[in-house]
Amino acid sequence: MTELVVGTKKGLFLLEGEPGSDYEIKVRAFAGQPVDFATRDTRSGRLLATVTSPFYGPKIFYTDGDPDAEWEQADGVALPEGGDWALERIWVMARGEVDGTVYAGGDPGVLFESHDGGACWELNAGLWEQPSRSHWQPGGGGLCLHSICTWPGDPDKLAVAVSAAGIWLTEDGGGTWRRGNQGLNPSYLPEEALRDENAGRCVHHVERAPKQPDRMFMQFHGGVYRSDDAGASWTDIGGGGLPSDFGFPLMVDPADPDSAYVIPLVADMDRVTPDGRVRVYETRDAGSHWAARGDGLPAEHAYLTVLRQAFSRAKDGGQLELYFGATSGDLFGSGDAGSTWSTVATRLPPVFSVVAI
Amino acid sequence: MAVVCVRGPLRRLAGGRAEHELDGATVLELLRALELCHPAVEGWIVDERGQIRRHINVFVNGERGGGATAVRSGDRVEVLPAITGG
Repeated sequence: MTELVVGTKKGLFLLEGEPGSDYEIKVRAFAGQPVDFATRDTRSGRLLATVTSPFYGPKIFYTDGDPDAEWEQADGVALPEGGDWALERIWVMARGEVDGTVYAGGDPGVLFESHDGGACWELNAGLWEQPSRSHWQPGGGGLCLHSICTWPGDPDKLAVAVSAAGIWLTEDGGGTWRRGNQGLNPSYLPEEALRDENAGRCVHHVERAPKQPDRMFMQFHGGVYRSDDAGASWTDIGGGGLPSDFGFPLMVDPADPDSAYVIPLVADMDRVTPDGRVRVYETRDAGSHWAARGDGLPAEHAYLTVLRQAFSRAKDGGQLELYFGATSGDLFGSGDAGSTWSTVATRLPPVFSVVAI
Repeated sequence: MAVVCVRGPLRRLAGGRAEHELDGATVLELLRALELCHPAVEGWIVDERGQIRRHINVFVNGERGGGATAVRSGDRVEVLPAITGG
């Protein structure tokens, strides 16, 4: 049985089911509110949700019990008082390597840490105090920290990605950070602007290969990239069969460091699936070749948009399950590593995030 | 003392009461006083910059006001989510 934790524009949904069979919606929580991201920490069983009320601002909530009942508001999810910045949104959460550690990334390019499973949070000062921060440029969705890549077995190593302030790397647990943007080619910038390291590096999503942690994959704003040196430098792998190198989400098979999956969209000015067909593209050779995986997905007049957090996986290898949701409210799943797909749910509110447990 | 009126989730966070008699010379001072009495309200009306959130409206005796609006004893301050959307 797989649990899907789905954040939508109008609430949190929990679904349960098996690949290829019907999934049942078990819970709807935060009715009417935008749930930007939600997940369950499998170590504790705790559900965590980030909710950005248009009236009351972004909050993190958690529950250890019945998700239909009251949720607790987490403490410390705020920027320093009296400054020029306010927290706009929490985009993502990720479990750390140490039991009880959870990270949260948000706008304006901030990282929060919790060491009690998500009840109390504190701002990562090293990233907050980056001297270049005042020059960081926001992407279309704001100055969002949307990707948090831990390093299996080493809690000191972390990579985060900020749109459009690029990749930031730490090897001392977040005390100090350095950029990791070498090789990225923002074709939307004039060539002279590339010399300015603060000019927009619009990273859309980053994942690390758990079995070979110095290998990472990135969906860029026009480009798909691979790093073999833990995010310090990047090689373009966006050719080789992709219909477009624009898109948002990206996923990997934890069992195979050469694997990655993307869901291309036409282009930045037309953010829908190409040719009216929904297709996931898979590489098993680290990006040299990409193959379409669309068996069971809508193949005609389907102009879907899949957001950066709306792609997830469970298990690995031959049992790899993949799930993604679209702003159309459709949710799709595969129980065979993307070879075949089925519809998990339709007519949900616009899907912001999917986490498969 | 002025009276600060809250509703919806703010009422729940403010101890379940809609009306709160508080001291303060401005709307912002009253809202800070409300946070002191009910810490759960912190961050819901006023953001980290000390500004009333963009989509929250404040009315003083029925007139639209802001954080710096002066208040006097007996004034009534309504805190309302804005009507937003199309």
